[in-house]
Amino acid sequence: MPGKEPVAVVGIGQTKHVAARRDVSIAGLVREAALRALEDAELTWADIDAVVIGKAPDFFEGVMMPELYLADALGAVGKPMIRVHTAGSVGGSTALVAANLVSARVHRTVLTLAFEKQSESNAMWGLSLPVPFQQPLLAGAGGFFAPHVRAYMRRTGAPDTIGSLVAYKDRRNALKNPYAHLHEHDLTLEKVQASPMLWDPIRYSETCPSSDGACAMVLTDRAGADRAPRPAAWVHGGAMRSEPTLFAGKDFVSPRAGRDCAADVFRQAGVTDPRREIDAVEMYVPFSWYEPMWLENLGFAEEGEGWKLTESGVTELDGDLPVNPSGGVLSTNPIGASGMIRFAEAALQVRGDAGAHQVEGARRALGHAYGGGAQFFAMWVVGDTPPTG
Amino acid sequence: MTAAAPPPGALQAPLVVEFPFTRSLGPVQSAFLTGLRERTVLGVRTEAGGVLVPPVEYDPVTAAELRELVEVAATGTVTTWAWNPEPRPGQPLATPFAWVLVRLDGADTALLHALDVPGPEAVRTGLRVRIRWAAERAGAITDIACFEPYESSPQDDTTPHDGRFEEPVTGIVAPARLDYTYSPGRAQTRYLHGLAERRTVGERCPSCAKVYVPPRGACPTCGVATTDQVEVGPRGTVTTFCIVNIKAKNLDIEVPYVYAHIALDGAGLALHGRIAGIPYDEVRMGLRVEPVWSEDGRYPDHYRPTGEPDADYDTYKELL
Repeated sequence: MPGKEPVAVVGIGQTKHVAARRDVSIAGLVREAALRALEDAELTWADIDAVVIGKAPDFFEGVMMPELYLADALGAVGKPMIRVHTAGSVGGSTALVAANLVSARVHRTVLTLAFEKQSESNAMWGLSLPVPFQQPLLAGAGGFFAPHVRAYMRRTGAPDTIGSLVAYKDRRNALKNPYAHLHEHDLTLEKVQASPMLWDPIRYSETCPSSDGACAMVLTDRAGADRAPRPAAWVHGGAMRSEPTLFAGKDFVSPRAGRDCAADVFRQAGVTDPRREIDAVEMYVPFSWYEPMWLENLGFAEEGEGWKLTESGVTELDGDLPVNPSGGVLSTNPIGASGMIRFAEAALQVRGDAGAHQVEGARRALGHAYGGGAQFFAMWVVGDTPPTG
Repeated sequence: MTAAAPPPGALQAPLVVEFPFTRSLGPVQSAFLTGLRERTVLGVRTEAGGVLVPPVEYDPVTAAELRELVEVAATGTVTTWAWNPEPRPGQPLATPFAWVLVRLDGADTALLHALDVPGPEAVRTGLRVRIRWAAERAGAITDIACFEPYESSPQDDTTPHDGRFEEPVTGIVAPARLDYTYSPGRAQTRYLHGLAERRTVGERCPSCAKVYVPPRGACPTCGVATTDQVEVGPRGTVTTFCIVNIKAKNLDIEVPYVYAHIALDGAGLALHGRIAGIPYDEVRMGLRVEPVWSEDGRYPDHYRPTGEPDADYDTYKELL
């Protein structure tokens, strides 16, 4: 058996993401997503060889090592269970760890899952501990990101309306995605542009919500894909990179770890011109301006040109390079799960199974996640046919 | 436990992290905790027919969803124990007690709780015990105040229970608290000593020559110790900023205000601070600023314009 085993996504499940799921425990929440992924793959717990789970830091919900208590709910008793931990990018890196286990022929069929129950979480406080002697951050979460957005605007000369175009597009896309958290039927571009300026230049409507939700996928080998009842999404490349949160020379607008990660994943997938060869992108955009920033960072646009793709409608659902057809993080943000939702939505696109937010003819898609202070990056490219070579 | 003594002159301070966390219980834990409020102990029957107390939502062997509840007795048998000579705050009893695992009559698994006995000689595996209920019960594990010795014959009967109660408890609040002793380390201690004299002292990486402010003792890019101390500032340039329009819970600053990244002259990266002494909507990238100290602050209270011409974009664009 030379080379790596091809990896297929044969099952995908999500919960309906909402502000608060008070009717279920954390176990009940992850169970729902896992069962839907198994159903999609027409498999049972007995078919799963290992479970790979991810979530944001434990202190969000205050359950230390929740994977220990979730083993029952995920049918993991007696099987290997692995927890992955890379801040906001964790959903992406969790899927990649699972994919690598199949690719390396360690396991044949792996269940991977990520979740967050933000309604029971102290994300804001868990991230800003009052460390003695240190100067407190003088702004909230958005205040950390807003100066980088201003730096992007200065660097590129982007008009200040670009962020609102992204938010309006993503929230409208979310209306076509039954699992999305925000369904703002009455939203207009004018309303986005008139929403309160929280951390100038970031407006309220350009920020992500706080959601309860879980996402799960079943990954399997070629033989597993042959038995699958529905078309598989095939993993054509997967890459992770990290860099320090803060160092002299760090480029917050276009972090090197993100550039390197994208170059690696496209090289693996044989993609030389992502702008033309990728049919759909699910990228991690927690604040609207990160769409044009990541378009440049990932190589879809030259430096300084990303906002022009957004402005000209290229990233719309019916555009040339649809970005976040699902509505993205701006419409759904159970933090630990958000990265996996990007990966799963990319897979749904190439399986032709994205329903009303399907990008017509999508054959190759990128799933992207990042987290920490632009510290961790995880990406995969999926396609509708097995990788060659 | 004894901690290593800190080096002379090193700073230390307590760091307490404490939050009340909310939990949605789901159907099984909701029935279990509401039952305790009503002095009813519920277990759940597994696919193989065993009874788990405390109950779980999913079968540990088959992963099946478990919903068949049964009532078990308030009496049981100690299966193992450990003596706790010095109870800590928040533990079930304030006087020395035994941690016990109790298999309640009718259950196949044991529940962890406290046993109220005068000393370790009064505990043994196999001891018969019963629940001492708390006088005021709210639907929490603390509704069991503790266990106490009680001679009785084991009865392994269980009664089916539909798990329904008036006004069920659907969520709990679980306080969490972590106590640390925080030591900032040598590099930050040197930095803080400098700040006490209102000097900002960074440290230069011997490999890439970048000056770190605040210093961390090592360069994260080159991975080598920073040793040379370099005074930077006091003046600097606003590299970028945002205008904060919403009040943060933990900050007593009137909005709107400007939160800025400031590259002090000579520093290899920007630090952050508040800009004042200028209308918030006149702050701009490239603005030259200097620190303003308050009487007792460890850090500058804010930065104000120096009146110099703005810095050219090219001089700070690498520091963005």
